[in-house]
Amino acid sequence: MMTDSLQLARSLILEPGGLTESALAQTLSMLMSHGGVDDADLYFQVSRYESWSLEDGRVKDGSYGIDQGVGVRAISGEKTGFAYSDEINLSALNEAANTVKAISRQGQAGKAKVFGKMHSGHHLYEALDPVASMSDQEKIHLMEKLDKAARAIDPRVTQVMISMVGVRDVMLVAGADGTLAADVRPLVRLSVSVVAEQNGRREQGSSGGGARVGFGYFLDDDRAMSYAREAVRQALVNLDAVDAPAGVMDVVLGPGWPGVLLHEAVGHGLEGDFNRKGSSAFSGRIGEKVASELCTVVDDGTLAQRRGSLNVDDEGTPTQCTTLIENGVLVGYIQDKHNARLMGMAPTGNGRRESYSHLPMPRMTNTYMLAGKHTPEEIIASIDRGLYAVNFGGGQVDITSGKFVFSASEAYLVEKGKIIAPVRGATLIGNGPEVMQRISMVGNNLQLDTGVGTCGKDGQSVPVGVGQPSMRVDQLTVGGTST
Amino acid sequence: MNDFSQQKQEYSQLIQQVLDEAKHQGATAAEAAVGIETGLSASVRLGDVETLEYNHDKGLSVTVFVGQSKGSASTSDFSRQAIVDTVRAACSIARYTAADEFAGLADKALMAWDYPDLDLYHPWQVSSEQAIDLALECEATARDFDKRIINSEGATVSSHSAFRVYGNSHGFIGGYPTSRHSLSCSVIGEDNKGMERDYWYTMARNAADMESAANVGRITAERTIARLNPRSLSTRQVPVVFSAEMATGFFGHFISAIRGGSLYRRTSFLLDSKGKQIFPSWLQLAEQPLLKGAIGSAPYDGDGVRTQERDLVIDGVLQGYVLDAYAARRLGMQTTANAGGVHNLSVHTSDFGRDELLRRMGTGLLVTELMGQGVNNVTGDYSRGAAGFWVENGEIQYPVSEITIASNVKQMMLGIQAIANDINPHRNIRTGSILIDKMTVAGA
Repeated sequence: MMTDSLQLARSLILEPGGLTESALAQTLSMLMSHGGVDDADLYFQVSRYESWSLEDGRVKDGSYGIDQGVGVRAISGEKTGFAYSDEINLSALNEAANTVKAISRQGQAGKAKVFGKMHSGHHLYEALDPVASMSDQEKIHLMEKLDKAARAIDPRVTQVMISMVGVRDVMLVAGADGTLAADVRPLVRLSVSVVAEQNGRREQGSSGGGARVGFGYFLDDDRAMSYAREAVRQALVNLDAVDAPAGVMDVVLGPGWPGVLLHEAVGHGLEGDFNRKGSSAFSGRIGEKVASELCTVVDDGTLAQRRGSLNVDDEGTPTQCTTLIENGVLVGYIQDKHNARLMGMAPTGNGRRESYSHLPMPRMTNTYMLAGKHTPEEIIASIDRGLYAVNFGGGQVDITSGKFVFSASEAYLVEKGKIIAPVRGATLIGNGPEVMQRISMVGNNLQLDTGVGTCGKDGQSVPVGVGQPSMRVDQLTVGGTST
Repeated sequence: MNDFSQQKQEYSQLIQQVLDEAKHQGATAAEAAVGIETGLSASVRLGDVETLEYNHDKGLSVTVFVGQSKGSASTSDFSRQAIVDTVRAACSIARYTAADEFAGLADKALMAWDYPDLDLYHPWQVSSEQAIDLALECEATARDFDKRIINSEGATVSSHSAFRVYGNSHGFIGGYPTSRHSLSCSVIGEDNKGMERDYWYTMARNAADMESAANVGRITAERTIARLNPRSLSTRQVPVVFSAEMATGFFGHFISAIRGGSLYRRTSFLLDSKGKQIFPSWLQLAEQPLLKGAIGSAPYDGDGVRTQERDLVIDGVLQGYVLDAYAARRLGMQTTANAGGVHNLSVHTSDFGRDELLRRMGTGLLVTELMGQGVNNVTGDYSRGAAGFWVENGEIQYPVSEITIASNVKQMMLGIQAIANDINPHRNIRTGSILIDKMTVAGA
């Protein structure tokens, strides 16, 4: 299988444009021969995607696309020059390389190292093509079946929207440090969104999932149907929701996707670039206690088939499981090669980029908190008056002040340890480093999300995973309308 | 400098090839777009170059209709073979998608058969060295402004030119170049209560219309310093002023609720609002797609339909929706030439500035930053993280953060008390700061 992905990368990326490994080596040598250039890499990508969407009970839209190109980067100290081309051949490569050498300065010329043997890192997923993994007829049949099933669950369901996307991304990276790596990355996603209506009130519910697999994944274990049921359940819960409370209260976060809190409150603040620049609220705090001792948080790019996993990152470094916070103490950052070198640390396999036309940065893979000892029931029972947030929409963080915010899409009012009523429109806001200190109970029910996360940073989107067990956070600000 | 005259001819031929190929492969109608974008982006940080990026993107997309079934495909490869393959992929999808009686091109009579030059292309002859110098000047001004500015996320100058051609099987084909230039800066301030960051930017189609580097730097620093040592607010109901930048986003929620897709899916909090009072009776809103040189201007929309000026809200009453050809057909209406979005939404303001707006508010919250996605398009529920300033007797007292503001967008729209005239003309949604009568603030 490993040789398959290397062979596929060679035949899809290098051979059509007549490129050889020695041509890549020459380009890198040329880049490194300019004064002060410390490092350089070439990132090749050939990807294709397909998407289908259903509404009004019929699949009426579909699209297919291919994109390919090469990005050329040269680094001189803290400076980076970057250019790219959507053609993969020697003249396009050299033109891009000639453009980026503008970053060079006075200084000693470097030398490109001889490539190591081309490798493909871990073997976390098959080198398959999701687009070809199921016939178009079957894809449409699956979506139509889901639509009917969702409508059959409850007559209050008035609209069902389903989308299904498959991508195959083939990458090859060659670095002046001798790196030569390739990866074939499948990714599928299925999303179900429903509108339910009752007495003139309308509410939305949505669910979905995905992984680095073929479309058959959605048929296994009744997965697709479970998304449909979950979307309908959420919409119906929200039909009965009352206005969310406003003010400071104890909050229980459910397991799984609510781990987006860790992603926002902690993860971004631990990315190497922000810490090198001293712009994160966590800058310079390695070894300090930044969270309650119940918290151990990791970023793990090596989970089989997970949406956030990669065999190698976009700089050719194999991914790893990096402990960020251990029993409350900050122990590590998320690094790419550039920031790791400038900080005198080791890369952690987190150098990621949206595509060949974007620069790599330190980015999360699958970020989650390890399980604790309480049962979820105990945690809810411990709340006198507060909020139980089961599911979330998106979140956002200001890494400098540490402020983060996220919106609950399903939440309940809790009184005297009992769930009282669903609430709508609740937003949670806090300060990452402070909130992490106020985690007072951690559940024994670690769950990862279903594979729908996309993280945005500097205008670049990459697929990620999040997860956590249930947890209790004392005294968090809940922003509702009901005072 | 490139005036894209070569591309105009080449891309028009390419579009024709695609449309011919689509017909050849059995499409009964088709549309195609080809675009190229080139640019430069130079970032500096702490007085030195950080990144120099050269952009060059191109793409071709095609949508085919086989009867009432639709399929789309795209590619960045413009070779003859790639075109054949891309059209084949689109036609193959159209074989599987279900017939949709509303699918198809916009009506032929609505095409922009002749269209005006809207003066949207002003290439900027800026070298990478000049771009770097400008960014350096901007960042230096910000860092020298106050000794509490202790760090920087840098300044970036970018200049982009694009040329896009659209054509369809009605025989319509149009194309024009556009440009967009910007300068942005972000710095970090610190006092004994911690770090705060803020930014400022200027953007225009013509580099001559941008704010000066020194101004952008100074404003960035002023905004950052003003945020230092923020307090929270206890939970309360107060009037709120949204700064002009935040008001832009607020009108964006309104637009998103009157889009065709939200209406026919019934996922809008403004269903069946046409002809109804949704804003106070003094409020007027117009769409001005044909403004010369403006950011949101376009002579035709994504369907090739001719754009025209229109009043969207008169005396607080909604006059129409934001529709493309498909949504319009589904709703039994006429397209409003909004395939791709609104073009220069302009709010009629009062004749006074933000200071007077704060005086009219008296005591309340001035919001200058919003966080998170807490706006529900189906119900209008609104709850977002906010930062800004506490105002008493019309005067700013101190910065606030780590609070949320909540209400319902429908109520907020009706609760607008006044709109100041501090409009930034280089935005697609042109509004000044707005005063909203009442929102719930939650904080510690």
